[in-house]
Amino acid sequence: MTDGLLIEADGLGAVRGERILFSGLHLTVRPGEAIVLRGPNGSGKSTLLRIIAGLSQPAVGEVRLDGTHHWIGHRNAIKPHETPRQHLQHWARAWGSSADPVEIANRMGLERPLDVAGRLLSAGQRRRTALGRLLLSERPVWLLDEPFTALDTNGRALLAEMMATHRATGGGIIAALHGEAPFEADREMVL
Amino acid sequence: MNTPAPLRAAFRQAITEAWASGAGALLPIGFFAGAAMLVPFTVGTDAAQLAAIGTGVLWVALALASLVSMERLFQADLEDGTLDLWAQEETPLFLVAATKILAHWLVSGLPLVLLTPLIGLTLQLPADALLPAMLAYGLGGLAFFLWGGVAGALAASVPRGGLLIALLALPLFIPTAIFGGLAAQPDGETSNLLFLAASTLFALGVAPFAASAALRLAVD
Repeated sequence: MTDGLLIEADGLGAVRGERILFSGLHLTVRPGEAIVLRGPNGSGKSTLLRIIAGLSQPAVGEVRLDGTHHWIGHRNAIKPHETPRQHLQHWARAWGSSADPVEIANRMGLERPLDVAGRLLSAGQRRRTALGRLLLSERPVWLLDEPFTALDTNGRALLAEMMATHRATGGGIIAALHGEAPFEADREMVL
Repeated sequence: MNTPAPLRAAFRQAITEAWASGAGALLPIGFFAGAAMLVPFTVGTDAAQLAAIGTGVLWVALALASLVSMERLFQADLEDGTLDLWAQEETPLFLVAATKILAHWLVSGLPLVLLTPLIGLTLQLPADALLPAMLAYGLGGLAFFLWGGVAGALAASVPRGGLLIALLALPLFIPTAIFGGLAAQPDGETSNLLFLAASTLFALGVAPFAASAALRLAVD
């Protein structure tokens, strides 16, 4: 993209059943920016993120993304048999990443449950494992749906720090959030 | 980006998952063996009669066994969010779907083929017909798994979609069943085997695209 935008959404509209979730929505993210999506349950925050990620099609409008993106959804994408080590190794292989999955697991505070199967992990440990994917490969855009869910104070600080580093290196973030944002957002968008 | 690496990772994950599920992967094998072994008890042990219906019975058992564990093939990925990640990759989703189906066939389908000589003997099939029959069951089984995969993808968002999978997949099985049934007969002609191979190639060419279209609908 010539104008240096990481994400540009123009005239987006989404419909669920008979109801219009949002319409005429315009959104841009520049390098280094973090946008927070707010709104009550069912207002379309997740739908908007899924449209930007290309998982859903908007009823009207279009989205342009410059480069690749990371996705952290409600579901952590961890298999019941998969340990944090195996999960990060799997996606490192899939993405051709040269990052060391064990080192990333350690950074995410997963030294102890490194070889514990996914079904036995706590919700917070599963979330930390999923968030570890963000460090496996450099991708300019992070799309995060309630990323702080299930994290303890330490985990929230860790993610906030990761987000700050990502922005400092020219990355952009859109995060759907409830409650206090543990980081400085550039803009808030209410749905 | 190089395409084989994500597919190798998907293949590896599918095999590990099947291995970790243990009995789950063995279910089609048990079902196939069980269904085929019941036949001598239900139709009697008359050798001529068993040999006459034996190959056909094995086809029915193979078709049904291929559907046994199809329900979870894509549903698990949809529920845990893995499918969301694959659907956002540059790697075409139809290749990921094909990789998963082939991995599933290797774990749950190929053993059925290796089991056929044993079961064929108990059904009084002539020994010299076993090898061509194995080839036919191998080809036909692959087609069954591919069409079953399409049905599994279509039913991925349906809880307890086993019945739906059977309803969707069984009509697609018919060409394979017809040519397979002819090809596996002791005095079958080669042309039947070629038609069977053609029907499997057709499935290989069409099913991954159909499955990926269904998976895109499921994540939307």
